[in-house]
Amino acid sequence: MLPLNKFGFFSIILMLSSYQLCATEYKDMIFKPGHASLQEWLLPDTPPYPKDNKPNAHRVELGKILFFDPRIGGDGNMSCATCHNPILGWSDALPTAKGFKSQTLARATPVITNTGYNTIQMWDGRKKTLEDQAIGPMEASVEMQTNFTNLLKLINTSSEYRAAFEKAYPGEGVNKSTLAKAIASYERTIISNNSPFDQWVKGDKKAMSKQQVNGFKLFVDPDKGNCAVCHSAPNFTDNGFHNIGLKSWGDENPDVGRYSERPLGLMKGAFKTPTLRDISLSAPYFHDGAASTLEEVMDHYNKGGEVKTNLSPNMKTLNLSKQEQLDIVAFLEALTSEPKPVSLPKLPIK
Amino acid sequence: MKYLIIFLSFLLTSFFSTAQEFTVQQKNKAFSENTLNVKVGDVVHFKNDDPFFHNVFSLSDTQFFDLGSYPQGESKPVKFEAPGTVEVECAIHPDMKMTIEVSQ
Repeated sequence: MLPLNKFGFFSIILMLSSYQLCATEYKDMIFKPGHASLQEWLLPDTPPYPKDNKPNAHRVELGKILFFDPRIGGDGNMSCATCHNPILGWSDALPTAKGFKSQTLARATPVITNTGYNTIQMWDGRKKTLEDQAIGPMEASVEMQTNFTNLLKLINTSSEYRAAFEKAYPGEGVNKSTLAKAIASYERTIISNNSPFDQWVKGDKKAMSKQQVNGFKLFVDPDKGNCAVCHSAPNFTDNGFHNIGLKSWGDENPDVGRYSERPLGLMKGAFKTPTLRDISLSAPYFHDGAASTLEEVMDHYNKGGEVKTNLSPNMKTLNLSKQEQLDIVAFLEALTSEPKPVSLPKLPIK
Repeated sequence: MKYLIIFLSFLLTSFFSTAQEFTVQQKNKAFSENTLNVKVGDVVHFKNDDPFFHNVFSLSDTQFFDLGSYPQGESKPVKFEAPGTVEVECAIHPDMKMTIEVSQ
């Protein structure tokens, strides 16, 4: 773990947890635009951050440069943006990721949209903070296989890079920690919180269609879609782990997911609940990329999963009509914010 | 008289060493206590008051347990057998954490 002191980490957890408590139950929700019972679905304007990494313009700018610099990869041709590509919904449009030397990896590239609001990172939760996560793919031999000796030498021999680090983290030097902190600062700016759904929750009655409002009702109704049991307010994730019974769970040697971090029976085949914000931008879906469309996702959940061994107890057969499934899909499409323009940074050459 | 004193001492000792029972709620994806002090032999009942399934487990060296998953309204007990610190979590919702301090 990177040098984030205990107090700093505890503060993050408290900050993140505070806006997730006291969830309003379905029976108490009033489905009218702007209603008080729905306000818990609105995200804070900015994600929380650790005490030793308060974002500022210099940190975000340095993080952006590093995020897009392909020289970070072990072969000098792979950046964070190679997989977390802003023109592909901050993902890669592949069923599962391509890693070092284009080897196919076991899991899909997670979107980084709103990941700053998460209390735990990666499909199996093996990273706690964004700072911790940012360095993970670089250290993984199958992902970026970064040669840190070479990378730090490259940065240290560049007067532009050195100056950018000194502006961002005065006196802290160029090292793995400042590298991770800068990238995390940039990732905390990748936010989706102004979707038609958000506008409707704030009171704009025209922001969502009748079908989308009905889809929202079905989404939260525990006797219908039951989606919010895991995709909960406000970031459409419970930061939790569930085995949702994908077909690949029936493979001979399936990916055990969270079980590798928490060796408990319940966690076999369980993966972290992803956010659904901007979901229409990041097909294919699921941790193994098994669903090409949101309709296929709904079909999977309607059946209550394919392989039901060790299925999450929160999963059940839904028996939704085709129209109800389409209404939920229409609602999911209302969770996409207008994409913000992304300008590419000028990478330090000298 | 001597036997009466011994008998009364036994009764008093038994009375004061009776294991206590505690209840910890799981509500709004949080445990109702951040920390709980118990004695060896005490029993803690973990009650799920959320409208979905929770789990309770500990991988602590002091005591390992895994209560599986259970729905709203159900409760499962854990008897604490040894002194020490027991970190308790929900595997489904890892933000749910609490500590139980077990003393002699």
